Amino acid sequence: MDWLIAGAGLLAVAVLLAALTRPFGDYIAWVYTSGKDWRVERGLYRVMGVDPRAEQTWQAYLRGVLVFSAVGVLIVYLLQRLQQWLPYSLGLTAPSEHLSFNTAISFVTNTNWQSYYPEQTLGYTVQFAALTVQNFVSGAVGIAVAVALIRGFAYRRSGTIGNFWVDLTRGTLRILLPIAFLSAIVLMIGGVIQNFNGFTELSTIAGGTQALPGGPVASQEAIKLLGTNGGGFFNANSAHPFENPAGWTSLFQILLMLVIPFSLPRAFGRIVGDHRQGTAILVAMSILFVASFAAMTAFELAGSGTAPQLAGGAMEGKEVRFGIPGSTLFSTASTITSTGAVNAMHDSYTALGGMMAMINMMLGELAPGGVGSGLYGMLVIAIIAVFIAGLLVGRTPEYLGKKIGARQIKLASLYILVTPILVLVGTALSFAVPGVRDDVTTTTIWNQGSPHGFSEILYAFTSAANNNGSAFAGITAATPWMDTALGVAMLLGRFVPIVLVLALAGSLAQQDKVPATAGTLPTHRPMFIGLLIGTILIVAALTYFPVLALGPLAEGLM
Amino acid sequence: MNASTRSAGRTLWVSVRAMAVFTAIVIVYTLVVTGVGQLALPWQANGSPVQNAQGETVGSALLGQGFLDADGAPLPEYFQSRPSAEGWTGTNSYGSNRGPEHPDLVASIEAARAQVAEFNGVAPEAVPVDAVTASGSGLDPHISPAYAAIQVARVAEARGLDLAQVEALVAQHTNGRDLGFLGDPVVNVLQLNLALDELKG
Repeated sequence: MDWLIAGAGLLAVAVLLAALTRPFGDYIAWVYTSGKDWRVERGLYRVMGVDPRAEQTWQAYLRGVLVFSAVGVLIVYLLQRLQQWLPYSLGLTAPSEHLSFNTAISFVTNTNWQSYYPEQTLGYTVQFAALTVQNFVSGAVGIAVAVALIRGFAYRRSGTIGNFWVDLTRGTLRILLPIAFLSAIVLMIGGVIQNFNGFTELSTIAGGTQALPGGPVASQEAIKLLGTNGGGFFNANSAHPFENPAGWTSLFQILLMLVIPFSLPRAFGRIVGDHRQGTAILVAMSILFVASFAAMTAFELAGSGTAPQLAGGAMEGKEVRFGIPGSTLFSTASTITSTGAVNAMHDSYTALGGMMAMINMMLGELAPGGVGSGLYGMLVIAIIAVFIAGLLVGRTPEYLGKKIGARQIKLASLYILVTPILVLVGTALSFAVPGVRDDVTTTTIWNQGSPHGFSEILYAFTSAANNNGSAFAGITAATPWMDTALGVAMLLGRFVPIVLVLALAGSLAQQDKVPATAGTLPTHRPMFIGLLIGTILIVAALTYFPVLALGPLAEGLM
Repeated sequence: MNASTRSAGRTLWVSVRAMAVFTAIVIVYTLVVTGVGQLALPWQANGSPVQNAQGETVGSALLGQGFLDADGAPLPEYFQSRPSAEGWTGTNSYGSNRGPEHPDLVASIEAARAQVAEFNGVAPEAVPVDAVTASGSGLDPHISPAYAAIQVARVAEARGLDLAQVEALVAQHTNGRDLGFLGDPVVNVLQLNLALDELKG
């Protein structure tokens, strides 16, 4: 019965996505290739002071991304530090310097890691005027970078890769804003709140008291999922009934997380002029998604481990209205994109079920990945895959008519090294530096003295470096070490790959296309799909097997 | 000033203005969504409040509550919610976040099973999983029909009601899976308890 329910949920998502991704992918392609600006956009360009027709080199494009993001970090930091003077601060004071630093980076990098309890830390103004703004623009930045890389493949002998300000504006205005608005209304119909009431104290029927929380939740909830951000208005995130009131709203939220990442391959195929290329990527993503969902669901339904066995099932940390399959589908969608929202507490998952959430992130969040970041990550893997195939047959590799030479391979190789280094070094330092180790093992970790405690730290760095934002939340992360180390991991995990991707885009755009010959590896056939999946799995397995053995595998197979 | 610092400075100025523009747009967006919510969907937008027979707001249809006496002991005349790590205050929301081998979690499951079995006069094996595990939010408004079923006799006795009467109320407040395949079947505990209170009146 549970498997029937799980299958029906997956089928519903698949059918809806199948219906949406084609027209929506075509729409996305149009947004970023159309020569016409909307009247309102022309007004915005005048205010910003940019010429929408001026194409940028990859360096200028990158400078836009980096400076714009730096300004975002500064504003989010300052608004938090000034919280007590802001309206609707609910009497809350400013979060600490290290927490504000962590949160600012977290929301600008599309991670939405939260070291704090939102209800007790942030007033409404910081939530909607700082965090929700970043939820929109960090998503738009991700899509912009992916589109710049697509242009690298599509352009010939071009010194430019588009205009960052135009891509940012169009992504926000034409894609994120209208869908978020409609989705917010759908969520409100389901019961998600949207008010400025603060906490309303009331007496319960048993004579106790309860505070009804308020807040502009629906407007933030919609973009939290659509932009694969994941930062909850409430601490319990999408497990909180005011964020996610019903089984059907949960399905809707899953759809919001997946719709842009799964539509981007279609947009990619359209822009490079060969839909089969987009389809190959889409199929590879889908296979990984289904396999991962099946594995996590199997582990959670089996419910191994002392506590789940004793309780009669793995329901600790899960809500009845979602059940186990409704929780694992959400968790899979959230960790295999860069969302990190949760409708159940991953820390209380079975050891191996929780490991699947980690593995989804360790694969690089590619199936389908975050908005934009999923596609550009996948295209980097495609470059590695054609390179490996080229080595096997002794030919110069090419992808979409572009030669993959030394420069491209260097950039792609560096790309796949960034997050593993951040994850492994961050985790190792947490246990290796003497002063830090004491703090981490006694203050940060709640599941002390067990492989699960190690998993909590490993999960934290995996989530931060991959810009996911979910957590094994049984940790106290608002410590100077964790806030700072995770902040640095998020920052480097976001922007070093973006530097490499834009450099790659620039180097590809400069090339002319070489015609395909009999020796060219077709990159739309099942064999290439297999190569893509194989590359992803081998890279992740070689990198992460040892740490997984110390954490979830040790716990789950004990 | 060379060309690259000049262009970096220009990018900074564009960035500041762009961030201001997007901030303004998102503020307007937030206010428009609030307006739509307050005008078209005021009940939901304000937290789905529910009233007792006297018309006083006593909670939200979406938030679980503890039906406990002043000492924190469960009241026999009310159906009981799932365990909550947060304690149903509404000012925060969290699960236990204990891992599957955590000794405290193991102990709390054992204690909950013994307590629920004794309180309802059923065998420990008859206690369903949602009765002994804390929810993710600490505010889960629902229990499974199985957990409601083992509470019926105890509630009926405490209130001096017919078993059939209470069973009928439980059935009325039981909802199947959304669209037939989403989530588990649920019983909304607050609404069920409110209906019980109204029976009495």
